Amino acid sequence: MPSLGADMQFGTLVDWRVKPGDTVKRGDVVALVETEKGVIEVEIFDSGVIESLVVQPGQKVPVGATLAIVKSDGKGVDAQPAPAPIVEKPSAEEKPPAKVAATLPTTESPRLRISPLARKRAQELGIDVETVTGTGEGGLITAADVERTAATISAAPAIVQTAPPVAKGLDLTAMRRVIAAAMARSKREIPHYYLATTIDMGKSLDWLAAENAKRPVTKRLLYSALLIRAVALALRDTPELNGFWIDDGFKAAAGIHIGVAISLRQGGLINPALHDVDKKNLDELMESMLDLVNRARTGHLRSSELADGTITVTNLGEQGVESVFGVIYPPQVALVGFGKITERPVAANGMLGIRPIIDATLAADHRVSDGHRGGRFLIAIDRLLQEPEKLWEN
Amino acid sequence: MTEAEIRQVVRDTLSNIAPEADVDAIDPAKDLRDQIDIDSVDFLNFVIGLHKELGVEIPDSDVGKLTTIKGCIAYLMARANGS
Repeated sequence: MPSLGADMQFGTLVDWRVKPGDTVKRGDVVALVETEKGVIEVEIFDSGVIESLVVQPGQKVPVGATLAIVKSDGKGVDAQPAPAPIVEKPSAEEKPPAKVAATLPTTESPRLRISPLARKRAQELGIDVETVTGTGEGGLITAADVERTAATISAAPAIVQTAPPVAKGLDLTAMRRVIAAAMARSKREIPHYYLATTIDMGKSLDWLAAENAKRPVTKRLLYSALLIRAVALALRDTPELNGFWIDDGFKAAAGIHIGVAISLRQGGLINPALHDVDKKNLDELMESMLDLVNRARTGHLRSSELADGTITVTNLGEQGVESVFGVIYPPQVALVGFGKITERPVAANGMLGIRPIIDATLAADHRVSDGHRGGRFLIAIDRLLQEPEKLWEN
Repeated sequence: MTEAEIRQVVRDTLSNIAPEADVDAIDPAKDLRDQIDIDSVDFLNFVIGLHKELGVEIPDSDVGKLTTIKGCIAYLMARANGS
């Protein structure tokens, strides 16, 4: 049972998408799991053959419980820590992993080795210590192990990761509890600093209008794609804003996976990640955005999307506000906010003109970066948006 | 296509992008984006959905005509029926 949020302790298997004997590859959706935050499509992160299904639909099991046994082909695992796994079986010779009974644990294993700090941290983060793999001496679970587990499962921004069930009633109380825990932790632990700048969107909007006039409706572009792309490219030169604060240190992320804050109309927020935004072309990014938002609305988000965000972008401008100063979603270290594009008088070159202006803000973790670097990051976003046609050059 | 058929397509497409919304409660003469709180991505998904269901091309310059249910039906009736 993967953990899909620092607060998640249990999940209910809704349905299997595979059966014994099926060949699966990394990234395939293999099951639907309902948590108090909604229904999530669970992807597998190894490749192989499904040997057996351990948990049946309707069963509620703790995070870390074995859902299925997979005979690995040894090709699908990479070096990145993956969201809490569906069980892998390394080889035919080795003993299969112990099956976890579909009952809730009442006590920890008596042999569990965990440091006091790690235990305290796990309690704070709502992590079930039974699900943490210890990397200390003799398998000791350290605070870093707990943080790592939390990092692989957390993902949302000022904001929280949850997926709305479609037909089922959304548990708004549970979602609010998740948001409360994440935001309280953020404000308790992260020394935020805030910066703001105004960006003239004239060139970007003109370019967009010219492009859209040529494009069929299925290929149409939104200005938010330009904003997200500009953030991704600016991050290449400011890697200290893209990653996680774990175990008293910054861990830069390997990829640029931008969590997009999506306000749910029923209440609450989610921020699934758009993967590798700096490597996508314009059409790929638009397609991913449309698909992601649609699936967020209809309750078909995937586990990796909830787990992979390395920074968050929120665009509250669509609700009409001019500026947003966000709360960082831990363990991320930065959040970029965009307000509404408004026409404002701007003085430039001794002339006064009316220009479409957007406020761009940065909330960043002062343990990792300083205002100088944060400021350069915002200026880089501005510069990139002045040459929209170049945003898509790699 | 009849007006009733197009009305049903509009209704179903809206339900797909905003499953939690009470589509029947939308005032057909008012901006539907405000009424059910849909953002630009939702709205583009709505327009793409109409295009796919009805097979009509919708130029960017016409998108403003689709912001009310009434406007959608009038525009799509004309486009789907070839005028």
